[in-house]
Amino acid sequence: MNETFQLDGASVPFEPGQTVMQAALAAGHYIPHLCYHPEFKPHGSCKLCTVKINGRTMASCTMPAEADLNVESDIEELNALRRSLVQMLFAEGNHFCPSCEKSGNCMLQALGYDLEVHATGFRHLYPDRPLDATHPDILLDFNRCILCELCVRASSEVDGKNVFALAGRGITKHLIVNAESGLLKDTSMALTDKAMQVCPVGVILPKRVGFSVPIGERRYDQRPISEQALDDAPRQPVRGDGCAACEE
Amino acid sequence: MSKKLRVATTSLAGCFGCHMSFLDIDERLLALLDLVEFDRSPITDIKHCGPCDIGIVEGGVCNAENVHVLHEFRKNCKILIAIGACAINGGLPAQRNHLDLGSCLTEVYLTEPGLAHGHIPNDPELPLPLDKVHPLHEVVKIDYFIPGCPPSADAIWKFLTDLIAGKTPELGHDLIKYD
Repeated sequence: MNETFQLDGASVPFEPGQTVMQAALAAGHYIPHLCYHPEFKPHGSCKLCTVKINGRTMASCTMPAEADLNVESDIEELNALRRSLVQMLFAEGNHFCPSCEKSGNCMLQALGYDLEVHATGFRHLYPDRPLDATHPDILLDFNRCILCELCVRASSEVDGKNVFALAGRGITKHLIVNAESGLLKDTSMALTDKAMQVCPVGVILPKRVGFSVPIGERRYDQRPISEQALDDAPRQPVRGDGCAACEE
Repeated sequence: MSKKLRVATTSLAGCFGCHMSFLDIDERLLALLDLVEFDRSPITDIKHCGPCDIGIVEGGVCNAENVHVLHEFRKNCKILIAIGACAINGGLPAQRNHLDLGSCLTEVYLTEPGLAHGHIPNDPELPLPLDKVHPLHEVVKIDYFIPGCPPSADAIWKFLTDLIAGKTPELGHDLIKYD
């Protein structure tokens, strides 16, 4: 670990094969992210982790670390773009925090807090999306899906069940359940699945525990997500060696 | 300060929870009254808004009367603030937005069990509902937003005192909440 790159003026060491995001988090530098998860191959879709590298904007979760890169992340130009991305995600789904069980534990909400997003500003779409409460232990609320594909990745790569998939394209893209009926009760999904743990927002919820931890005492009520993401370091090894976005 | 700032407040499609949270600034209300005087507001019961420095609007826009009141506020207030989840994204009332309004009214007033001889209210004094509930910024320009359901008294106090002091209001991690 001798080579380094520059991130907002700090020297960041990296191991061969690490991405800019992995090296930055391992070295204690936070870069905002939503679809990135340390245990999975980078997806590169949410673009919250966009940084400027030698003047060009790149997704830091998919960009391989190289010696002497000049990476800018915590600058107003990028934070303004990140604010707009968070606002667009809020406007595109039905994100009613006061009635959401995930409130306080939600990464989208926590990023909004951290980036000082006071309002969406865009015209809300208010899409008509279903609930799936057919499973005895698990509720799906598609209103809040941000299409990060973490549940898809967790279910296929870790659980070996392939319960979820994304269907459609563009604005009609949506999360589906891989069952002939399309219902979660007709899958082998279980509370112990990895796919239960990875949803950054409030789509995949265990039943009957909704408010066992009161609002106001939850993870991101305590401390900002920018501090807690670093607590999760050291990051675990990445599954596979390539980047999903590049392989597509 | 030589002249007090004039402040108007109202609740549109809201529950008055944000107003209750505003009252929760408790004895700081007295300090606030050294700096501001109230125009149209539930505190004064003035029915129409005159020229003001700051307008604070709770709730979204769900009917024709809400539109008129909001335009009155925008026309009269130099600075217009949307307070609370409903004003900012429609909130709970907007959870009907993915449904057809006609179907909602039919189900609530006509087809639900136990509604013998029910009819959809049509008194001319009742404001007509809009087909969708709108956040305030979709109807008029909003200058500032205070998120929360409701925002805490401390958040409201911090925001207003920053604004009155001529600073850009900042909430910070402890006061910014969407729930």
